[in-house]
Amino acid sequence: MSVVGIVGVVSAVSDASAAGAAATASAAGTRPALTRREFLQVSVSAAGGLAVSLVMPALAAAEGATRPKLPPAVNQPLGSFVRIEPDGRIVIGARGCELGQGVRTSLPMLIAEELDVPWLAVTVEQLPYGLVASADPPGVASRYGPQGAGGSTSIPDAWHELRQVGARARWLLVQAAAHEWRESAKALRTEDAHVVHPDGRRLSYAQLALRAAALIPPEGEVPMKERSACRIIGHPTRVADGRDIVTGAAAYGIDAALPGALTVLIARCPYFDGSLGELDDAQARRIPGVRQVVTIPPPRAGAPLDRNLAAGVAVVADDFWSAHRGREALRIRWTAGPGAKDSSAALEQRAAAAFGKGGLIARRDGDFAAARRSAARVIERTYVEPFLAHATMEPPNALIDLKADRALLMASLQSPGGASRMINAMTGIPRPDIEIRLPRTGGGFGRRLENDFVAEAVLVAQKVGAPVKVLWTREDDLQNDFYRPFGVHRLGAALDATGRVTGWSHRVAATARKWRAADMEDETDWIGCVDRDGFPAGCVGNYLAEFLPVDFQLARGWWRAPLPTFAAFPIESFLDELAHEAGQDPLALRLVLLGAPRELDYRDHGGPKFHTGRLAEVLRRAAREIGFGRKLPPRHGVGLASHFTHGGYAAHAIEVAVSRQGELDIVRCVCAADVGAIVNPLGLETQFMGGTIDGLSTAL
Amino acid sequence: MIAAAEVHVAIELTVNARPASFTGDPSMPLLWYLRDHAHLTGTKFGCGIGYCGACTVHVDGVAARACVTPMSALGGRTVTTIEGLAAGEALHAVQQAWIEEDVPQCGYCQAGQIMAAVDLLKRRSAPTDADIATLTNLCRCGTYPRIRKAIRRAAAQLKAAQT
Repeated sequence: MSVVGIVGVVSAVSDASAAGAAATASAAGTRPALTRREFLQVSVSAAGGLAVSLVMPALAAAEGATRPKLPPAVNQPLGSFVRIEPDGRIVIGARGCELGQGVRTSLPMLIAEELDVPWLAVTVEQLPYGLVASADPPGVASRYGPQGAGGSTSIPDAWHELRQVGARARWLLVQAAAHEWRESAKALRTEDAHVVHPDGRRLSYAQLALRAAALIPPEGEVPMKERSACRIIGHPTRVADGRDIVTGAAAYGIDAALPGALTVLIARCPYFDGSLGELDDAQARRIPGVRQVVTIPPPRAGAPLDRNLAAGVAVVADDFWSAHRGREALRIRWTAGPGAKDSSAALEQRAAAAFGKGGLIARRDGDFAAARRSAARVIERTYVEPFLAHATMEPPNALIDLKADRALLMASLQSPGGASRMINAMTGIPRPDIEIRLPRTGGGFGRRLENDFVAEAVLVAQKVGAPVKVLWTREDDLQNDFYRPFGVHRLGAALDATGRVTGWSHRVAATARKWRAADMEDETDWIGCVDRDGFPAGCVGNYLAEFLPVDFQLARGWWRAPLPTFAAFPIESFLDELAHEAGQDPLALRLVLLGAPRELDYRDHGGPKFHTGRLAEVLRRAAREIGFGRKLPPRHGVGLASHFTHGGYAAHAIEVAVSRQGELDIVRCVCAADVGAIVNPLGLETQFMGGTIDGLSTAL
Repeated sequence: MIAAAEVHVAIELTVNARPASFTGDPSMPLLWYLRDHAHLTGTKFGCGIGYCGACTVHVDGVAARACVTPMSALGGRTVTTIEGLAAGEALHAVQQAWIEEDVPQCGYCQAGQIMAAVDLLKRRSAPTDADIATLTNLCRCGTYPRIRKAIRRAAAQLKAAQT
């Protein structure tokens, strides 16, 4: 397979809201949308400038809460969203975990826009995880708001909040100038990091910073720019720390270092829920550089997988190579666990058997069985999707310095909040005393929503009494992942004599995503496996979506959020096969099914509504760009697919040449997307190209 | 059987134009010498079997996978890592092209990608798509289309600088 050309076509069909997803801010369907009230915190920076941050009451005290009173010690800035120094430096804090999705660039862009500073004058600084103690109400407060990366929520969460941060910092600077000039603030405007007087006089933000820091911050919202006045949002912007990346200076979790830190490699039990039988570590301890060999316990059989995934023997050494040699020298006999007999053959047998039993009905409209009986034609297909590993370029790792009353974690993370809670639960250290730094992360794709590798670091550090850095090798990673679920999809369509689709059935026998997951108690059993309200639900009168759970011990997780990749592939493949088998045009079939532009209910993540017209429009756009329906060279074909997920709409049109040997050559690929307002068009293009290439390499 | 007090003959090499000496286990891969001993962490660990290319460096000016290059092979050799590619503040044309084409996403593989591209451009000053397709460095973010554009941009830049 070779990709000859990829063309990214982005069509912002409906621009009405800041991403269709803006209204819903829940990560992978597991987190309820929050209503927060945040408070601006203004202080003088260490260099005598202006520092602006937010304080948000903890989740327990949400709406209507009063401003949290912080003990003096935590008022020392961990970092700020905005810092304007007297020397003219403008530093904007990036709150998110940067995994390659571009938030270290796009989130500061939101602040810079409303602050009204030139992007090229901005220095972006990564913020640490910002949980601090609050004296009143007692508990914890967040300095930066949501910092995890999951469920495609970074921009929707930040869209309003971070623009307000910039706007309120600008408001302070304008007020400071108004005082200086004894002029009404309303008469003043800003441009390029200056406040401008009606008579043309200018004061730079740097000149105003200290005075602004003494002002009382605005209570509540301040006005923001019209979209047409935006000079940063909506403009192509390169990654903020590109120079650091191309010079090798960018620090990732794996690059973290602390004086005296020891490197740890763990031999993990190869049996699900197995345990350590016998250990002979005499040889390993003789390897130069090996300091200690310690054991870590398995998860409790059948209990939630909320710490480490497997029993292990940890080799603690001066460096990677010593730890590696030490691990190679271990002699271990593992005791098989209850899942030891699980195999690929068993998995397939169980999935086949599941279809003979009744499943859980995720959605039923009308009567598919009746539609099937009265159909002029029934078309059925089966699709099988394997377990998939994430294989992030940077394998999991965690460096932790564990003291009796505090901890410092440096690791490549997607869920620093989860890591904070886990360390707290394992050690009793209060969460505000657990410092978490957020280096760049070499890919996430959902793997790092789990913090099992952090738990391992805690378990080893508790025994070793020194800072430890747990490293995973690629083999460790591929064998100990939270894989995308395995599933067998049986799809069926009933057609009447005119070729109209009158019934649709999608039955999925899969290893449930919701399995040994303590944080998913409130979710449906089929979460991540059945797209109950996804197209063509609501567009076919007789519709059935059914989930048939398959028992298997392999750990499952979010893989680029499993549902869209897991559900879209069989549904879109079936639509195409159905069209060809019924002698219909695959585009026309989809457009007929989508019908009139209208909103349908969508109860899962990315809802609460799905707009048929927006999906139809991206389909038409992709089809038009690739010249769908034109005469093609011999052995060429064009395939279409579209999907609504996470509040966004996307369609692909791909021209493929098939050689006589059956090899595929992708001639051209067009992607059309409607994700609402676009913060960084360049970032959007990289996301869609990258996602497209990942999808192709997974499917092929 | 390995003795607890392991002593090896010093391996003398040059790393980023500076002399270096190593007396540890000669079977240690160059990658871990660079990361753990020379504290040059720009070279990344991806697979440990020479497959993914995240650890690509230059040995005597030629691309090599540091994770499968033992220190024992490096006596008298010259190693250049991503940290040694720029001439002071002046970036190499490939690094500059990488910024201009906005190649990186997560960025983890990019040091290796850049070192492989520099090596390619030494061998092929005007690389074709087929030449670029001989690069086997992996990228999980799928930055390949921009890598291709950046290599072409760097090739044009280097050619312009020569004439």
